[in-house]
Amino acid sequence: MAENVTPRVRVPKEATAGEVITIKTLISHPMESGQRKDKEGNLIPRSIINHFTCSFNGETVIEVAMEPAISTNPYFEFQAKVPESGTFTFTWIDDDGSTYEETKEIAVA
Amino acid sequence: MRQTLRTGAAWAALGLAGSAALAPVATAQEANLVINDEIEIVTKAPAPEHMDYVREIFSGWEYRSRETQDLQMDDFENPGMIGVDNARADFDTALGDGEESCASCHESPEALEGVRAVYPKWDEAKGEVQTLEMQVNECVTERAGAEPWDYTGQRMTEMVALISSVSRGMPVDVAIDGPAEETWEQGKEIYYTRYGQLELACANCHEDNYDNMIRADHLSQGQINGFPTYRLKNGKLNTVHDRFKGCVRDTRAETFSPGSPEFVALELYVASRGNGLSVEGPSVRN
Amino acid sequence: MKFSRRQSLAVLAGSGLAVMLGGRAAFATPTEELIAEFTGGAEITGEGLSLTAPEIAENGNTVPVEVEAPGAEAIMLLATGNPNPDVGVFHFGPLAGAQMASTRIRLAGTQEVVAIAKMSDGSFARAAQEVKVTIGGCGG
Repeated sequence: MAENVTPRVRVPKEATAGEVITIKTLISHPMESGQRKDKEGNLIPRSIINHFTCSFNGETVIEVAMEPAISTNPYFEFQAKVPESGTFTFTWIDDDGSTYEETKEIAVA
Repeated sequence: MRQTLRTGAAWAALGLAGSAALAPVATAQEANLVINDEIEIVTKAPAPEHMDYVREIFSGWEYRSRETQDLQMDDFENPGMIGVDNARADFDTALGDGEESCASCHESPEALEGVRAVYPKWDEAKGEVQTLEMQVNECVTERAGAEPWDYTGQRMTEMVALISSVSRGMPVDVAIDGPAEETWEQGKEIYYTRYGQLELACANCHEDNYDNMIRADHLSQGQINGFPTYRLKNGKLNTVHDRFKGCVRDTRAETFSPGSPEFVALELYVASRGNGLSVEGPSVRN
Repeated sequence: MKFSRRQSLAVLAGSGLAVMLGGRAAFATPTEELIAEFTGGAEITGEGLSLTAPEIAENGNTVPVEVEAPGAEAIMLLATGNPNPDVGVFHFGPLAGAQMASTRIRLAGTQEVVAIAKMSDGSFARAAQEVKVTIGGCGG
C-alpha cells in the first residue's frame, strides 16, 4: 500500500432537490507510472490508483478507469445530480488491492 | 495579456511599435492572486531600498502560465495543501519519547501566524541567523527531546508549509540590519558570485535576465516568498535550499549543502529581496 | 482463452501478411487500436464532444484537461504521444449532473490529445487538440 494516501473531497453541504452540484476530489498518491528508472537504472514498478467511483445513495455518478498517465495526486472534477438528502461515497482502488474510501453527507432543503 | 507582453519577443514588438514604455503593460485580463476568494496576495511591489538594480519585485507566480497560476487560487486545487494537512496532524503528535508536541507550546498552527514572514531571523541565544527549519529543529530536539528532522525531508518541509500557510498574505519582512547584517552581507556576496563551470551567479539569471526566456522557461526573479513550493515537475513540496542546490548544480558547480551556513546566508539575502511581497507558501510552480 | 492487448498485437504481428492484407483488422498505431477497442470498430461520425486543454503546457507532468459530451455514456481520453496512449475512461452513471469531467494528466512531449465519446444512441464522437509541452529552463 502506498504510504500516506489521503483522500480529499469537496461537496457542498446543502442543495435543492434535483440540483446539479460540482464535486472535486484529490487524493495523495505517487501514481508511479512504471516508466521511470531509479538511480541504478532499474525500472521502478508501476503502482497506481487504477479506478475511481463516486456514487450517491448507491447509484453511480461517475466511474473512471485510470491509467498511469493520470498525474501524481489524482484530481477529478465532475457534476452530480442530487435528488434527495443522502450520502456520496467515493472509492479509489490501488494496484495493490487497497481501497481508499471517503463519504460526504448532503442535505436537501 | 501582460504576462505575454513581458516575454522577450513581446518587448521587441513593443520596441518596433516605437513605444518607449518599459513598465509591464496592464490590461483588463491581468490576473490578481486571491486565494480561496479570501487571501489577497501581493505579487508585485516596489523593490526594497537595498536593491540597487531592480525597481519592482515580482512573485514567481507572475511568470507562470494561467493554468499553473489557477492551481494556487484555491486550496483544494493546490496539491501542496496535502502536505499542509499532513503537518496539521503532525502538529498534535507527541515527539520523541516524551509527551511534548508542537501543540504543547503553540496552541494551534494559527498561533504561529506571522512567523514565516520574518524568517530567517537572528537568534540571540544561539548567536546566529536561523532559518525556520533550524527553529523547528530546535523545538524538536531541545524542547521535545526528539531526534532532529531531516532538513529537507518530507516531515520538515510539510511543517514549514503549514507554518507558511497561516501567514499567507502577510508581507515578507526579514530584518537585515543589526546582528543579522553580517550574515546578510555574506548572502549578498554569494548572490553576486559566479559559480561553476558555467560561471553563473544568481544575479546573472534572476536579476539581469528575469522576464527573458531560458529555453522555453520564463525566467523569474528567483523570489522565495512562495516556498515551500509544490512543483509540477516533481509532484511534491520543494524546499528553498533544495531549489538553491538545483540552481547551483546547474552552473556545474559543487553545491553548498541544504542547511549549510552559506545557504542560510543566501536564504536571508534572497528573502530580503522579497520584502514587501506576500508570504505565499505553499505555492505552485512548474 | 483471453488475450491481452499486447498478446493480441503479438498474434497480429506473428500472423503477418495474411492479416496485413486483411486491411482494417491491422491497426496502425496503439491509439487507433485503443479507439477500435472502445468503439468496437464503429465509424466515428457523431458530434457534441468538447475537449479543453492548454495550447502550451508549462510542464508535461500535470496538464489540466476537461472533456464534455452532453448525453454521453462514456468518454475515453488518449495521449497519442505517450509510451502508452491510454489515459482513462470516464463512465457516467444515472446521477451524473452533466457528462463532463476534468483531471490532470501526464504528457511525455508535444502531442495530440484525443477524446472519444460513446453517445447514448450508440454513435461515437471525436475531439482532439494539440498540446505543446515545453522543456524546462536549465533543469534546476
